[in-house]
Amino acid sequence: MTVNIFGRLKLEAFHHEASQNFAVMMMVLSGIAIIGLLTYFRLWRWLWNDWFTSCDPKRIGVMYIAVALLMFFKGFVDALMMRLQQALSVGSSHGFISADHFQEVFSAHGTTMIFFVAMGSVFGVMNLLIPLQIGARDVAFPFLNSVGFWLFASSATLSMTSLAIGKFSATGWLAYSPLSGIEFSPGEGVDYWIWILQIAGIGTTLSAINFMVTILKMRCPGMTFMKMPIFVWSCLCSVVLVIFAFPILTATLAMLTLDRDLGMHFFTAGGGGNPMLYINLIWAWGHPEVYILILPVFGIFSEVVPTFCEKRLFGYASMVWALVLITFLSFIVWVHHFFTMGASPPVNAFFAVMTKLIAIPTGVKIFNWLFTKFRGRVHFDSPMLWFFSFLLNFSIGGMTGVLLSAPPVDFQVHNSLFLIAHFHGMAIGGVLFGFFCAFTYWFPKFSGFRLSEKLNRIAFGCWFLGFLIAFMPLYMLGFMGATRRLDHYDVETGWHPLFLLAGFGALIILAGVLVQMYGLLKAIIDRDKNRDLSGDPWNGRTFEWSVPSPPPEYNFASIPKVNQRDQFWADKHLHTVQPTRAYEDILMPKNTAVGVYIGVLSLIFGFAMVWHMYWLAAISFIAIIACVIARVSGEDEHAVIPASKVEAMESAYLRAKMGEVK
Amino acid sequence: MTSLTIYHDPEIGSEGHIPDPHQDTFAKTTLGFWLYLMTDCVLFGSLFITYAVLHKSTFGGPTSAELFDLKTAFLETVLLLVSSVTCGFAVLSSLKNQRTQLFLSLMATFALGVSFLMVEMHEFHMLLQEGHGWDKSAFLSAFFTLIGTHGLHITFGLLWLIVMAMQIYFSGITVATFRRLVLFSMFWHFLDLIWIFIYSFVYLLGV
Repeated sequence: MTVNIFGRLKLEAFHHEASQNFAVMMMVLSGIAIIGLLTYFRLWRWLWNDWFTSCDPKRIGVMYIAVALLMFFKGFVDALMMRLQQALSVGSSHGFISADHFQEVFSAHGTTMIFFVAMGSVFGVMNLLIPLQIGARDVAFPFLNSVGFWLFASSATLSMTSLAIGKFSATGWLAYSPLSGIEFSPGEGVDYWIWILQIAGIGTTLSAINFMVTILKMRCPGMTFMKMPIFVWSCLCSVVLVIFAFPILTATLAMLTLDRDLGMHFFTAGGGGNPMLYINLIWAWGHPEVYILILPVFGIFSEVVPTFCEKRLFGYASMVWALVLITFLSFIVWVHHFFTMGASPPVNAFFAVMTKLIAIPTGVKIFNWLFTKFRGRVHFDSPMLWFFSFLLNFSIGGMTGVLLSAPPVDFQVHNSLFLIAHFHGMAIGGVLFGFFCAFTYWFPKFSGFRLSEKLNRIAFGCWFLGFLIAFMPLYMLGFMGATRRLDHYDVETGWHPLFLLAGFGALIILAGVLVQMYGLLKAIIDRDKNRDLSGDPWNGRTFEWSVPSPPPEYNFASIPKVNQRDQFWADKHLHTVQPTRAYEDILMPKNTAVGVYIGVLSLIFGFAMVWHMYWLAAISFIAIIACVIARVSGEDEHAVIPASKVEAMESAYLRAKMGEVK
Repeated sequence: MTSLTIYHDPEIGSEGHIPDPHQDTFAKTTLGFWLYLMTDCVLFGSLFITYAVLHKSTFGGPTSAELFDLKTAFLETVLLLVSSVTCGFAVLSSLKNQRTQLFLSLMATFALGVSFLMVEMHEFHMLLQEGHGWDKSAFLSAFFTLIGTHGLHITFGLLWLIVMAMQIYFSGITVATFRRLVLFSMFWHFLDLIWIFIYSFVYLLGV
């Protein structure tokens, strides 16, 4: 008996279309370039000791954002390819991508943007900010946090692998059954999709447990729930959603795997299976997922607006209740994604009304931000510009969303480009602009130097204009009957000019992305000229601005005490005084490489499962278990930073700050 | 004699000194583990819902009433419930620092857990032998997956039990090993609870 050690992996898996070969070549070349540079500058040890094995949430947060930015380029190139194809492929011309490959491109675009770009940036910002804003030195489970990140990173690597080896899923970002079943998608594409999501999803669940315990158990003395910064509230709501929604994804993906690998009949067309069950389950996770991404962004804007208006947030309590209400409602609206399923009118009516209800707490938030500006001193720095464009785009997207929530309207525009324009308004105008706002606002805090405000404004202008030009035509195209995921259409439809316009918009966005890249590079090169020595460049209100930029490993030399909201603002302007204490020894978690090992082993496990190399899957799975057992059998996981070192670091910071004041 | 200081609540002392929050691991770990159990609960919830939807989808094959044997299911229930009792004894004897009773209770828990798994495997084996595999109908897919996921959890629980018993054997009853014992007992009771749902909704309602 011969055992095929490579499973179903054959040499053909490395053959691709020209455009994909080019992408793979670029990926391999840039990989070699990065490895070469790291080796040339002897940075491997630094990378391993200070970053990869670190359990410091600030480092992990930066790594999340780095992965998210890298994956953004992949997802963005996918988007540009689609825009180009739809601008070219009209009438007798068929563009430059085959119909089959086009399906892979839109599936990869959605998966990448949601799971790596949006989730990565949201969890990155959570890692950076939650401990600092609640006045804690650390998170509740530093090791679990590291494992969560490495599962995320290994899943991102698996998705890059799918570009080079074999094909990616061609079934859209949610792999609807029965199309995603073994009968209609026998290849490895759907398996890639399944294992990418499964690994990333488990990582997300672990991180969410960590943050929930951190927020519930590690707030500094005096910080009651209603004195928490609103960003922390939004994260708490978001991780509650993760905890209740992500296990549904895990179970659904597991059932799809069993259908495909063991011949079960959950979602198949035959054998008594129920494909609509899959669509219900995936959206029972998928709809809360949308709010997992947008709630922290609401939190970001609720921090940025008061800072740049020099005024406390209007309606704090109503903001909190709006967040909680959205959290609750987001679980009972999932059917609005498929009103056309054919559920009875009362069922559709229920979900339509629940969907419309969400507009109320969201509207409350919009008005709270507007009233915060009222009689405030509004500064038009770049974070605030992102807020204004968010307000516009999110309101347009929100209103078209309410329109879509009416089943009779939805029946007309279901799966049309109108829908695409709507949810890109929320995903780009909401989540991505929110992340850019956070990026420009908190960049000096975590890097220690400022970005060029001029370049930020140019990038913002390109994004703002480009987004409107790229997506407003899609609303019109939707009304004209253009469906989503088209790789070709006829001239008689009259869509061509609008598709050309949308393509032009995408090019303006590209210009914005290039300016952002240049701005980041320039800021790093000119860092010594733009140091932030004060630790508080924007006149902030929350505790992260009370510590040096970048914050020391232990965050706070002495844990602050809270009597009111925006305590740091009160300390600065009302001259309330934090009790001074002698410097003390600080206990911090030690670095550990086990998180990296588990990440690498999960990557091998996922790859082996995709290609049916079951022996390799078994070995890597056992190795993961062994890593966990080894970790829990160790005893001391902490190291001490002596009080003398803390004192030295703090006085160096104070001297630099005083020097700047003079 | 209780010799363990297991719960430490950080309070601000009179001189304003705040204890390091890292000391409070017991409360944090317990809460974190509760949250993990909640995620597992949602996972089982999804499988229960799937089973409820697909229960009647037998695709011309046998229905649950024709296949299920309540006697086996009852035996499994008894084995698992008693194993939860012995698991509870283990925690109690560790509080009193009685090592022998602790190991005896853990061994009893392990033996009962293994017997449960063997009965379950026997049940699966019989179904497969009679030609009622998981690939025959949506109902059987949902049945095997729901019960199998529970069985898989029990298997991991048993692995955990072995590792933990070794740790207690070598390091004694310390704060760390006691914490793990408490978490394990939470896990084991949780699986018991899930089984009660399986017994009521799958077996009792299925025949």
